[in-house]
Amino acid sequence: MAVELDVFVGNTTIMDEEVYQLWLDGYTVNDAVKVRMAGGVLDECEANQDVLLSDTMDQYRTFQMCERLLQSPAKLANQLLFQIPPHRQTMLIERYYAFDDSFVREVLGKKLSKGTKKDLDDIGAKTGVTLKSCRRQFDNFKRVFKVVEELKGPLVENIRQHFLLSDKLARDYAAIVFFANNRFETGKKKLQYLTFQDFAFCAGQLINNWTVGAVDNMVEDMDVDLDKEFLQELKELKVLITDKDLLDQHKSLVCTALRGKTKAFTEMEANFKNLSRGLVNIATKLTNTKDVRDFFIDLVEKFIEPCRSDRWTSADVKLYLTHYTNSAHILDSFKHQAVWDRYMGVIKSCIFKMYHD
Amino acid sequence: MPGKLKAKIVAGRHLPVMDRASDLTDAFVEVKFGNTTFKTDVFPKSLNPQWNSEWFKFEVDDEDLQDEPLQITVLDHDTYSANDAIGKVYIDIDPLLCTEAASVISGWFPIYDTIHGIRGEINVLVKVELFNDLNRFRQSSCGVKFFCTTSIPRGYRAAMVHGFVEELVVNEDPEYQWIDRIRTPRASNEARQRLISLMSGELQRKIGLKVLEMGGNAVVGYLQCFDLEGESGLVVRAIGTACTLEKHSSGSLVNTHTHPNTAPASNACNSPSKDGKEPVFGEDLPSSSGPPTPFRNLPTSSSSPPPFSPSKPCSRQSSSSDTDLSLTPKTDESQSGRRRPGIFLCPSSPVLSADSLSLPGSGSVGRGHSSGCRATTPPIPSFTHSDSALLRKSVSFTEDLLLAASGMGSGGSAGKEAGPLKTLLRQQTQTALEQRGASSSGLLLNAREFPFFTLTSFPPGFLVHVGGVVSARSVKLLDRIHNPDLIQSSRQSIVRMERKMTGRQRKSQDRLWSVTDEPETRDAWWEEIRQEIKSHAKALGCHAVVGYSENTSICEEVCILSASGTATILNPRYMREGCLDIGSTDHRFDDPSPPSCGFCHIPYDELNMPFPAQLTYCYNCRRQKVPDVLFTTIDLPAEAAVTGKGCLIQARLCRLKKKAQGEVNATAISNLLPFMEYELHTQLMNKLKLRSMNALFGLHIQISVGENMLLGLASATGVYLTALPAPGGIQIAGKTSGDLNNEQHIQSIQKRINDTIAKNKELYQINPPELTEEGVGSPIPEPRQRSRLFRSHSESSDEVSELDLSHGKKDAFVLEIDDTDAVEDIHSLLIDASPPTGFYTCNTETMPGIYNWTTAVQMFTSVRVLRLSNANLSNQSLNKIFTDLCENLLKSFYFKLRSNIPCCLCHLNFTVAVPEEELIQVSVTAVAMTFDKDQTQERFITKGGNETEEQLQFPLELCADSSSTNTQTSSKFSGVPENTIVSSRVSSLENCSPLTEGRPRSLRSSRSFGGSSVTMVKMTPLSFLPGTRIIKYLGIINMFFIRETTSLREEGGVSGFLHSFIAEVFAMVRAHVAALGGNAVVSYSMKDCVLMENPNKNQAQCLINVSGDAVICVRETDQEPMTSMTNIGQSCTADGAT
Repeated sequence: MAVELDVFVGNTTIMDEEVYQLWLDGYTVNDAVKVRMAGGVLDECEANQDVLLSDTMDQYRTFQMCERLLQSPAKLANQLLFQIPPHRQTMLIERYYAFDDSFVREVLGKKLSKGTKKDLDDIGAKTGVTLKSCRRQFDNFKRVFKVVEELKGPLVENIRQHFLLSDKLARDYAAIVFFANNRFETGKKKLQYLTFQDFAFCAGQLINNWTVGAVDNMVEDMDVDLDKEFLQELKELKVLITDKDLLDQHKSLVCTALRGKTKAFTEMEANFKNLSRGLVNIATKLTNTKDVRDFFIDLVEKFIEPCRSDRWTSADVKLYLTHYTNSAHILDSFKHQAVWDRYMGVIKSCIFKMYHD
Repeated sequence: MPGKLKAKIVAGRHLPVMDRASDLTDAFVEVKFGNTTFKTDVFPKSLNPQWNSEWFKFEVDDEDLQDEPLQITVLDHDTYSANDAIGKVYIDIDPLLCTEAASVISGWFPIYDTIHGIRGEINVLVKVELFNDLNRFRQSSCGVKFFCTTSIPRGYRAAMVHGFVEELVVNEDPEYQWIDRIRTPRASNEARQRLISLMSGELQRKIGLKVLEMGGNAVVGYLQCFDLEGESGLVVRAIGTACTLEKHSSGSLVNTHTHPNTAPASNACNSPSKDGKEPVFGEDLPSSSGPPTPFRNLPTSSSSPPPFSPSKPCSRQSSSSDTDLSLTPKTDESQSGRRRPGIFLCPSSPVLSADSLSLPGSGSVGRGHSSGCRATTPPIPSFTHSDSALLRKSVSFTEDLLLAASGMGSGGSAGKEAGPLKTLLRQQTQTALEQRGASSSGLLLNAREFPFFTLTSFPPGFLVHVGGVVSARSVKLLDRIHNPDLIQSSRQSIVRMERKMTGRQRKSQDRLWSVTDEPETRDAWWEEIRQEIKSHAKALGCHAVVGYSENTSICEEVCILSASGTATILNPRYMREGCLDIGSTDHRFDDPSPPSCGFCHIPYDELNMPFPAQLTYCYNCRRQKVPDVLFTTIDLPAEAAVTGKGCLIQARLCRLKKKAQGEVNATAISNLLPFMEYELHTQLMNKLKLRSMNALFGLHIQISVGENMLLGLASATGVYLTALPAPGGIQIAGKTSGDLNNEQHIQSIQKRINDTIAKNKELYQINPPELTEEGVGSPIPEPRQRSRLFRSHSESSDEVSELDLSHGKKDAFVLEIDDTDAVEDIHSLLIDASPPTGFYTCNTETMPGIYNWTTAVQMFTSVRVLRLSNANLSNQSLNKIFTDLCENLLKSFYFKLRSNIPCCLCHLNFTVAVPEEELIQVSVTAVAMTFDKDQTQERFITKGGNETEEQLQFPLELCADSSSTNTQTSSKFSGVPENTIVSSRVSSLENCSPLTEGRPRSLRSSRSFGGSSVTMVKMTPLSFLPGTRIIKYLGIINMFFIRETTSLREEGGVSGFLHSFIAEVFAMVRAHVAALGGNAVVSYSMKDCVLMENPNKNQAQCLINVSGDAVICVRETDQEPMTSMTNIGQSCTADGAT
């Protein structure tokens, strides 16, 4: 005696969020049943394991049928096959496009290619995310990347409209696309302490301030590519470290402002030239694609690590960078205020975000 | 009356990729109606083509308009090879033919392919212009409204109920035609879909004609079924109740209607009907109906003997009383059959006619039908098998008593009826015929041949008494007509069948029939069954059968035809005289019994009871007698007094049978049937007692035949009717006393049973007032019998009469344990789990005691198929398997719908089938309705767990393209949170212009959820949606789909295949409703779900037939509880002015 067929179809499609999550997480039906049993759902309703299995199978089938629609969420809204109330649709989409931070951290900045896809089982093993879930997440990244690649207009807005995602999730995807496009190095050991959210924040800063879109909002790839002109202009900042007078003047201005305000003053004074050279050198090298990729590692090596070894607090870093940025305005012979602000604004907020354990 | 059909193809979306090279499609559309075809231009290289075609115009007969569907085919243009079909849309344009229904069809339809399922959507606009034509001899019946709803549709009142209409049409099944050998599965499926669409159109038209002939304008409780008889063809049959419906309008004065139009029409149907098949009312009239004179007494003689004085008075009484003679029902049966017209035409005679009383034993089993084929009559479920063995008292009537009773009864009503009766008198100046035709009281009935009504719920006062369930079954062989001429052409179907994976070879090559002969044969079969039902009803002293339904089960060449209904007495006030055989004691009419219990009072004569029942005085009014249990197929009347809540009660049974063919097989089946009926009945009775309830509503017994087994499933909703006596407990008795071990065992079982009963009482809140029992018990004249429960038919029925008749007040069912079977039976009795906390179940429309429904409804369909691996199963183990299957299904529902708690699963409709030798299939359609736990006024607060439904505020969304049709008024109905605003607009619309209101379409509500443009369509098997009011019926939805696959594994196995098919069917129903401008389907049902599979060949095929009423509903804002039943007649004025 065996159940040959067992289906349950509601006019309004019934979807259990818990089962949906298990499905998204790549659990097999049997594993999902075990998880649900452990979760005590059976006690709720005087059900038995068979009931649970049948329910899980039904839901998995529904999700599989829905998956095609979820891959182009706009279709979900005007398809006729499943009657799903709008707010449930939003939930389905949001969850489908949600990702594990641990997983995305591994592929962030990598090329979204078949090569990377082949490594997914390793990443899965490393992060504890099932291969099925890894594939879904990776395919989502790739799909979003492909769609927005060819679109004009602001990146976040495009993602939001095409994939009907929440603002938060759309921003995360923008970061992923941005990182994938510019191939930022994120995998180095020194960067391991940084979370995806750290990077996503930095990506947001870069997108808003350093891309073509920051100045012109109707070009293709406007938010994906850095503003070449701006990068060129950054070379002009070199004067801050090559001109000895300017460097000294800058230092004295900063030190005057900082004196007495922090315990780390002596270290700041001692390290000023090193730190300033580090930051300005990063700026001047950004015309090289290779150096763009190393942007975050440079920030860590040239600025964050020295500060950390001198035991600066976050407040110290903030204080220092604020005065460092502002003092440059007072320098008479320094003519590149606009570029300096555009550069330091991003550097400042990125470093604030990245300066933690 | 010709008409012009216009169609416009607007656009397509989400089309499949048909050209692999470009990943695009060059789509165009063919629009076909009848033999005319139009084409759109090719819209190259797009998956979202915008054709925006011209209006394609078809000038056609309205007959064709009714029969034919509009056929839309989407194709991919291919320069070099044949164009590939993407899929089709069939649009039934019937709703456009009725002025009160939809005026335009406009919307997105799923493009459906029988092999690939839904492949994108197409936006279509359809309109019809009808030219008025008053041709009397027309073949069309445009304008007759059809409703699946088995009550008077909301918003209407029934000016007249004309009675039973039925029709069937037969055709060869395309799947079995020779051509099928050479065509593709797709072509074959499409031919079949198209044919069935045509046939149901034709059927509907023919029924419509009958209705017009009767003078009606609508069919209520329309029930259409398909019989896939395989080689012997395809039968589409339908039954319904013809009515004259009027739309509620606050302006119309209902009770002064004289129906100037309907009167001549109804005369027409009394005159000899054209097809000669029908019995003629007029001819028999003088013989049995009273002369007009007695009527004159009516208004004045309030206390006189029966005002409708008997034409053949009490002389009949003597003959009717010797009931012992009537225990040979067979002869009576055939006799009554022959004399049918005569019996039915004694209008308002208060006397039991000889015919009716001579049939009281007709419920007994095992008698063949006079008409030849192996027909068996199951027992009337409220009988037990031993009935015939019991001595029936043959006390003759005392006339005085009878007359007194009737005088009293009618005296009360004569005063009330004075107004209408004056009108009646006025019309008596004309001929007797016309007098009968035109009565003025709110409802008129014309029962014609069969006084059957497919309705299951009635306006208050309509139902006077309920007798009990009547049912009849008959086993037929499908190869009865031979027509050698056709032999060569059709045997090839075997080839097709193999492809179709049923795996069953058609055995004989010579079984064939000619299509032309067929309808008559089928008609005759059903005629037989209906006759039997009618005579059963008579045996119960009833003149009408309500809640009537018919169905079939077919396996190979054997077919079981079944019909069942509830024998009742309807209020003569609502009837046209002479149409129903009011052939019983007069006291039953117009008795002053309160509506809350009146229907429980026995319609038959207590001294000549057709079966042994324990009668007591009604626990409610204490005036009339009531039986100890009451079984019915109807819904619980709204006015009934009920104690506690109800629950679903099911009896399930499996019976093995030897494989056989032809006559042998049919005989074997018909021999088994009575035993099955009996066991099902016994199970029902036990389970009813176990739940401490005393009445069943919505009883539906299905017996399904397979090659090697019969399945029986009886479902009903048990309730405790306050008017009926409290059921006694169940008492266990051991056969061998003295055995200590056994005694203990019995005691433990007894304890379990008692505990269960106590638990159930608590669960269903059954706390009847105890004191009534004292007052009522004593005056019963006859000694009360102990009724006895026979759990096994092997027991001889003789024992019954030996029972102690002088039993104490506390009646108890006795279960005797004499063998292991019995023990298992008791175990199975106790195995039925009661629903978990927060759930209630019923198979009727609503649950007594629950009124505060929220608007959250979740309709669902579930199908489960079991494969029996072990070929050598016993009846017992099969029963267990089958019971578990049903119980597990219910458990699954509880679990899946747990977020809807507290909720009631309403209209749980189980269907069983044996699709293949070792398969058992159970399909269920039901609706989960959430209610508020606390009985507050705030009925619209949705529970926290139901955000799902909360959002479904019936947004009627304007489709993007329909804005081009300016004919529609756009008004906002929903999406507005303030109920008051909605209500004022709606009601004003309805009150001012109830008939001319435009199609209400609301603008899209301004929610920003992804910009959905799909109208939410609610579906429910009930006739209403809680918390809403139906403001318009848009027409009937009747759809038939076939789906086939040759890549079963790839589609996720049979489950995946069926899951997506059911979802697709839902989607297509919703799309059609939305295109009609509706936002809900009520009275939805899935009438067929036939699945054939062959996993080894990776193939499967499934046929699904669904129906329902497309409606527009708006949130209800008046605070009246939803349980207020359909408004009819006088009560409607109050309701119309909300």
